[in-house]
Amino acid sequence: MLNPQSVDNETWLSRLATTSGEWLRGDGPESDIVISSRVRLARNIAGFPFVSRASADIRHQIVQLAQESLNSAGQPARRFVNVETLSPLDCQFLMERQLISRELARSDGPRAVVIADGERHSIMINEEDHLRIQVLHSGLALEECWKECDQLDDQIEASVPYAFHPQFGYLTACPTNAGTGIRISVMLHLPGLRLNRDIQKVNNTAQKLSLAVRGLYGEGSQALGDFYQLSNQVTLGMSEPDLLGHVQRVVLQVVSWERKVRETLLRDGRGKLHDQVARAFGTLTSARTISSEETMHLLSIVRMGLRLGLVSNLDVGVINELFIHTQPAHLQKLQGEELEADRRNVARANYLRQRLSSSSVS
Amino acid sequence: MKKCRRCTKTATIHVTEIRDGKGAAVHLCESCAREYLEKNAPSEAALAIAGEVVEAVTEADSAASTVPPCPHCGISFAEFRENGRFGCPQDYAHFQAELLPLLENIHEDTQHVGKQPRRLLIGTQDQARLVQLRSAQREAIEQEDYEKAARLRDEIASLEARLKQPVAPTN
Repeated sequence: MLNPQSVDNETWLSRLATTSGEWLRGDGPESDIVISSRVRLARNIAGFPFVSRASADIRHQIVQLAQESLNSAGQPARRFVNVETLSPLDCQFLMERQLISRELARSDGPRAVVIADGERHSIMINEEDHLRIQVLHSGLALEECWKECDQLDDQIEASVPYAFHPQFGYLTACPTNAGTGIRISVMLHLPGLRLNRDIQKVNNTAQKLSLAVRGLYGEGSQALGDFYQLSNQVTLGMSEPDLLGHVQRVVLQVVSWERKVRETLLRDGRGKLHDQVARAFGTLTSARTISSEETMHLLSIVRMGLRLGLVSNLDVGVINELFIHTQPAHLQKLQGEELEADRRNVARANYLRQRLSSSSVS
Repeated sequence: MKKCRRCTKTATIHVTEIRDGKGAAVHLCESCAREYLEKNAPSEAALAIAGEVVEAVTEADSAASTVPPCPHCGISFAEFRENGRFGCPQDYAHFQAELLPLLENIHEDTQHVGKQPRRLLIGTQDQARLVQLRSAQREAIEQEDYEKAARLRDEIASLEARLKQPVAPTN
């Protein structure tokens, strides 16, 4: 085990459910539009086959090696979570918090995640690669993410040799990650660009600049709640600082694009926008049953309305928290029981009414 | 790797057009090449040539799959192409010739720049040997040959012990 843990994982996960998590804390630079920044490094331990060709025994050895390397003295408390023995509900819970990927949640065999520094650091073991080292910050903070990720990487590498080739760099299971093994991604809230239908243009522009646009939970997922992830696709032939600079420049352009669109929407159609925000708010505060998807959609509009001064007596932190607390696994953890979809929708509506009762639309 | 002049696919057929004694290169993917050749020389003879060209390219593609499987993890290039994932780090060197055009296509580059491990790497040969031993161990366990598996386990342990000798940092 890692550092002595004062509470067991079960209790710890239930406590986590009551907080909003790093990625939706809602502060940091440009946080009206930039939700969070993330840097992850893909690494493999030399002398082992990649995860897809590794037996359960080898995967187990990899978990142990990684755990030992993260367990060096003087390190801040880190929580080791054995994903193999985790319930499907807890797997989904960690996925909703962006602490593990869909792939890690849904695969099988020995695998784990090590979570540290609040929820800013998470190291997935035996995902597509032996190690996926991730650092997450609220707002636009790519430099900080990279600095911390780089340090974590050095620390692990001090006790575990990495698979590396002078020409191909860090060797990864999929050559799309080879070289630096870095994925720099920024989660953006872009309701304005969706409303005026410019989102497709953002997509096309990003692609031309070798960046990918993805939904809330990464590859192949939907842009629920108007959350979009922008990330680099090239990992070989450019250094980490160059890639960081490239992503940062494009993100700032998209941020100013979204701001301009919001200004135009407000100037040319204030009444219509106000109506949309008020209706969204009305549904959230009066529905008796509501799906997660509809909740995300409506919260997104209210979040934008709040930023534009169309809603009062409401803290953006509450909206951010509602985004995550109304997700299926979070809702069930908060209710303290497993619920079928129908009962979840009723519980969600109750929860929303209760949390939003003191707010109103101006 | 060049992109097809007419669509977004990768060009696999490179035609040199000769007009007025001057040559100009045209890069096309397989399907656009068929159209191009049909349009530019709609005679039966030309179509036969087009067929041959496309066949040759397809053969070249499948030549990649005739590279023997990786001796360390056992994956074939065709398997890699199907799943998009390699079996072990040694595949990069083993399938280097087939991999380079792919990397060029994905990253528009084939040379890593940026961070490097701070400590000395264990030798490529030792890395390869370890992967090989671990694959053999897995096979032995699957075949319930536990004596062999135990022998392999000891061999892995002694190689690992040797590799764990302290190494001087490179920087």
